[in-house]
Amino acid sequence: MEPIVATTVSVIAAATPLLLAANGELVAEKAGVLNLGVEGMMLVGAVSGFAVALTTGSASLGILAAALAGGVLALLFGLLTLGLMANQVATGLALTIFGVGVSSLVGAGYVGTPVARLPRLDLPGLSDLPVVGPLLFGHDALVYLSVAMVALTAWFLHRTRGGMILRACGENDEAAHALGYPVIAVRFGAVVFGGVTSGLAGAFLSLSYTPMWAEGMTAGRGWIALALVVFASWRPWRLLIGAYLFGGVTILQLHAQGLGLFAVPSQVLSMLPYLATILVLTLIATGSGRGRLDAPACLGKPFHPPA
Amino acid sequence: MTPAPSRLELRGITKRFPGVLANDRVDLDVRPGEIHALLGENGAGKSTLVKIVYGVLQPDEGEIFWEGARVEIRSPHRARRLGIGMVFQHFTLFEALSVGENIALGLEERLERGRLERRIREVSESYGLPLDPGRDVHTLSVGERQRIEILRCLLQSPRLLVMDEPTSVLTPQEVDRLFATLRRLAAEGCSILYISHKLEEVKALCERATILRGGKVVAVCDPRVESARSMAEIMVGTAIRETARPATRLKRAPRLVVDRLSLAPESPFGTPLREISFLLRRGEIFGIAGVAGNGQDELLAALSGERPVAEPGMIRIGEARVGRLGPAARRRLGICVIPEERNGHAAVPELSLAENALLSAHARLQLLRLGFVRRRAVAAFARRIVERFDVRTPGIEVTAGSLSGGNLQKFVVGREILQNPEILIAAQPTWGVDAGAAAAIRAALLELAERGTAVLVISQDLDELLGLTDRLAVIHAGRLSRSFETRQVEIGRIGMLMAGVEEPVPAEAG
Ligand SMILES: Nc1ncnc2c1ncn2[C@@H]1O[C@H](COP(=O)(O)OP(=O)(O)O)[C@@H](O)[C@H]1O
Ligand SMILES: [Mg+2]
Repeated sequence: MEPIVATTVSVIAAATPLLLAANGELVAEKAGVLNLGVEGMMLVGAVSGFAVALTTGSASLGILAAALAGGVLALLFGLLTLGLMANQVATGLALTIFGVGVSSLVGAGYVGTPVARLPRLDLPGLSDLPVVGPLLFGHDALVYLSVAMVALTAWFLHRTRGGMILRACGENDEAAHALGYPVIAVRFGAVVFGGVTSGLAGAFLSLSYTPMWAEGMTAGRGWIALALVVFASWRPWRLLIGAYLFGGVTILQLHAQGLGLFAVPSQVLSMLPYLATILVLTLIATGSGRGRLDAPACLGKPFHPPA
Repeated sequence: MTPAPSRLELRGITKRFPGVLANDRVDLDVRPGEIHALLGENGAGKSTLVKIVYGVLQPDEGEIFWEGARVEIRSPHRARRLGIGMVFQHFTLFEALSVGENIALGLEERLERGRLERRIREVSESYGLPLDPGRDVHTLSVGERQRIEILRCLLQSPRLLVMDEPTSVLTPQEVDRLFATLRRLAAEGCSILYISHKLEEVKALCERATILRGGKVVAVCDPRVESARSMAEIMVGTAIRETARPATRLKRAPRLVVDRLSLAPESPFGTPLREISFLLRRGEIFGIAGVAGNGQDELLAALSGERPVAEPGMIRIGEARVGRLGPAARRRLGICVIPEERNGHAAVPELSLAENALLSAHARLQLLRLGFVRRRAVAAFARRIVERFDVRTPGIEVTAGSLSGGNLQKFVVGREILQNPEILIAAQPTWGVDAGAAAAIRAALLELAERGTAVLVISQDLDELLGLTDRLAVIHAGRLSRSFETRQVEIGRIGMLMAGVEEPVPAEAG
């Protein structure tokens, strides 16, 4: 029992940053904006969160700083793509490269310095229960937030008028404009939300998953998050399944490496989550063509309202 | 008793776009309960004017009066609160959303889902416009989609309903139904501002008409007493050359044989082609009627060679079995094609006219030598198109995208006709072009057939097919009906086939 519980707990930890980042990107994409800068926003979030938590000694301030940093980067992306009509793909890639550079510059002095891990939200009594305790009641705030965010997103998108307008903007920007909805403003909001959650995903990495700063510590998780949105066919609850599946693959390969299972080099095992990403994307792209239909129709398309 | 104030009055509305004066001091008044037509060629400024009325665009100058009081319509929300509803020329629907959501997005009132669905059912029943609020829009036909737009307006009991070219995509029966709805609304006191190209419809429906040309009002008239021709001439500003009724040419040798052509759709929402058979004789014009989305695009792709079909023998040019050949090889054998979409299919908007001429004509006109472009020959060909087809352009080096729709269409049609095709396939050749250009294009097609080319016209415009073709058939849900001799055909029958009421019997290939 013990090892299974421990493994599951580590799966949850591996899934959390994916879930946070993918959830934000899903909202942005639902509004019609493709932001490939997730990896960059996560890195900047990770380093800001780490630096602020280390210097102030407050984890909450660190988390806040990470969210803010991700949001600011997303705002920059929005200004360029929504305000100045820059190409979304190119700008997103630039944002990632920018994030990689800035984070290693800011983080240069912190490499190798440890920081206190995010405190667990222990519930007296409940957390001490066998099995259920560590599985459900032994996590830090960001883990709960990641799941709550999915529920909140699903409710917002499909149960509220605001969510309906957001989806309308991603589905047919011209029509939404013709009916009087502020397409650009809605997209700005969605993009900034995506930045904030990417920042939080970064903070989880540098404050909880491995409480320290290392250059490029996101290790491609931003790209996996992007793939997860497609995997989930833009539906929040499927994101949850996808993120935990990928978290599972990550932990599996770690364990396999640790135990020296299989006579394959450890590098091959480290590739597993990324191979899985490619496999999933290929299957979705070839399988019956449904994938294309789930995508918001205006995804990545610039919109310029006529005066 | 003083007369009631106009429902809507526009005074001196002016709207400029960069380089275009779309509306030039336009005056318009619409009385309570009146069905008022707004007429004009493409680009006359009709859509711009009604977008101003609906608050999508703001006028540069001029005043708007609503029931006698001056108003500023800053947004569509304001327009809807005043009681203005609008059915756009290009539908404002969201494919992935449900019918209910699509309607809710066009309402000011916020109803919770259950009440909204009940209201939709009530209103749709009372007007005979059945619609299921739970369905997703992408599963609906064009006629049903338009119903959403109309219901969206009816749900807020409008006092002015604006309809921008609503019938261009409907079957004759759907048009009748729409007119019944509009007449009933007018009888209930709602004013209707009705934009259309189709003058016969306007004569049947409208009490007054305001005619725009080049952004200016050129006439206000009573369409019930004017003739369609006189109104068309006011719209265009010159006399229109009518195309002569073609002589019958039924017994000539087949040029193109399509034999039980089946093709799976490319996307899940495409239409499969099911055992389509017909022949095309030299010197005849054959028409395929049908509502958009019934397999026309797939048929065009199969005939042009963009999508090879399963059996080479499904498509034959003379003795040649061409079903698996690509577009260039088929062009060499004599098929030229005019696709429906000008920008991006028939022409590359970013390339110059000369380059666009090269793209489709190099195979037949030997515009390449050892893989190099013969620039002078290309330029000469492009210039010949511009001259012969009266394409208004500053030169052949401007990009195709900078031409207006009608001019680009004339260029595309000219490019194919001047290649002297054995077989010409044209999809919606006059779609969205103004009356003058449309008449010129129709005349060119007739002349081409006169010289012996076999011409196939795929069109949603039944009137056009009736005036142009020798024979016609109807495509519905990927099946082609038997063909009819155009002179003898009953329009009601065609309408039923277009609506899919009568199951088409596949024609025999001979
Ligand atoms: N958003 C826009 N930007 C620039 N020009 C426009 C825009 N909308 C329309 N126009 C131009 O204004 C003129 C009138 O167009 P429109 O109102 O659509 O005509 P109609 O509906 O009568 O066919 C055309 O020359 C068109 O090219
Ligand atoms: Mg128009």
